[in-house]
Amino acid sequence: MDLIASHISHRFGDLAVLDDVSFTVSAGEVVAIVGPSGCGKSTLLSILGGLLQPTSGAPELRGDPPADSFNPLTFVFQDFALLPWASVEENVEFPLLHTALSPTRRRALVDDALRRTGLTEFRTTYPKQLSGGMRQRVGISRALAVKPAILLMDEPLSALDSQTRELLMEDFVRLLADGSMGAVYVTHNLEEASRLADRIVVLSRRPGRIREVVSVPMTRAERGETAAREKLLAIQSQIWSLIRNEAIDAEREVQHA
Amino acid sequence: MLDRAEAPSTDQATRRVRFRGAGFVPASSRFGGWIALALAVAIWQAAGSAGLANPLFLPPPSAIARAIYQLAISGALWQHLSASLLRIGVGWLLGTAAGVAVGFAIGLSRLARSVGITFISALFPIPKIALLPLLILWLGIGEEPKIATIALGVFFSTAISVYSGVDAVPRNLIRMAQSFNVPFATIVRKVIWPGALPAILAGFRITASVALLLVVSAEMIGAQYGIGAFVLQAGNLMQTDQLLAGVVILSVFGLAVGKVIGWLETRLLHWR
Repeated sequence: MDLIASHISHRFGDLAVLDDVSFTVSAGEVVAIVGPSGCGKSTLLSILGGLLQPTSGAPELRGDPPADSFNPLTFVFQDFALLPWASVEENVEFPLLHTALSPTRRRALVDDALRRTGLTEFRTTYPKQLSGGMRQRVGISRALAVKPAILLMDEPLSALDSQTRELLMEDFVRLLADGSMGAVYVTHNLEEASRLADRIVVLSRRPGRIREVVSVPMTRAERGETAAREKLLAIQSQIWSLIRNEAIDAEREVQHA
Repeated sequence: MLDRAEAPSTDQATRRVRFRGAGFVPASSRFGGWIALALAVAIWQAAGSAGLANPLFLPPPSAIARAIYQLAISGALWQHLSASLLRIGVGWLLGTAAGVAVGFAIGLSRLARSVGITFISALFPIPKIALLPLLILWLGIGEEPKIATIALGVFFSTAISVYSGVDAVPRNLIRMAQSFNVPFATIVRKVIWPGALPAILAGFRITASVALLLVVSAEMIGAQYGIGAFVLQAGNLMQTDQLLAGVVILSVFGLAVGKVIGWLETRLLHWR
């Protein structure tokens, strides 16, 4: 199943946020979206996931989702969005409660998702008892439980410290390794983008337009090797040169707002 | 090379950095409140026994305890208490049920919000006891107007706390549920209800006090039995020990309700 951003524009009142953004995320592909602060990255992701109506254009799907998918487009949120009154396993089970699955089948899906994210022994704990990294693992586990075709990740690591970020990045690489899931990965972190994405969509300052689409010409497994470091740095440098001046302008704009 | 673990040697005297972080962390002692209360009662009793306080105006605690005991063995205590409990119970339940329903409607529906908030803003400030004569005209002189007065008082506070609680449910949780195609009813049941529960239970504390206040007021205006009627009657007859017995019973009732709500909070909000 492909996800297509088709001429998406959006305004909040008089404020134009996105302007004619079009790109396609093919099945199993990881596309990162980067750009200066306030360029509409998260707005674009909300539109792609059907949580926000664009002013014009539309998100579209091509092809059928996997037969076993309960929610083909599944978000992983920056702030985790966990139910604080529910335990880890209840949080992971939550998106399955309204499905026609039997309790046994639900339990099997939850068990599998918890196992894949290393949370099995924390299943009865509550979010407030977990570190930020573990909370995001619960968010990822919840996303995996519904067997998504495409993950929509909105700066999933930005609320975490650098060590936890590194560990979760390794988790993402592992989870995306078999190509069964695609992802749209919104981030302001160029290292994350170049480590994970097959293509990086660079947006301009508000209203966000596509400035360039940068391909990362190596497998994710190769990117962990020392030899790849220079190439990745070159890609990050290329993207930074594209957005640096606009990032400075955007920062000043935010400060004066 | 300077060893960073050791302070550099110098002839100058050192002084400690003054600790400035004390205070603003009030911790409550488990028994402190009870000890203070017992002390106050003991001083009160001592003042009465020493003849420092006129027992007509301020009877000692022992006289109040005796009055409660006599009320209990005569059966009058239960007669008055049961009348008040019935009015509070029915009035509170009716007001709470209506308040929760209207509060949720205001919290979830644009139409209900625009209509409901206008009405609540206009009617909430009215002292509900002022409506009792009107309610007597409408409903007769039986239990109904007293119960309706309590229900009205409870309704407005409940509705406000419920829709405030619904408004306070983090929007990101609702968006998360929507992103998983969770149906509206499940979002209300599994996200909004538990998210609003802290505010709803806090509202229960307020409405329990409102109900107590209104039952006493209503019984003072028009009732033969009930703690309010008993207190008024004792006051008219200058039986201050009986009057204060009624006040103590009200206080104990308020404490008991507070304990029940505290227990509910511990049970239902353990995740906080």
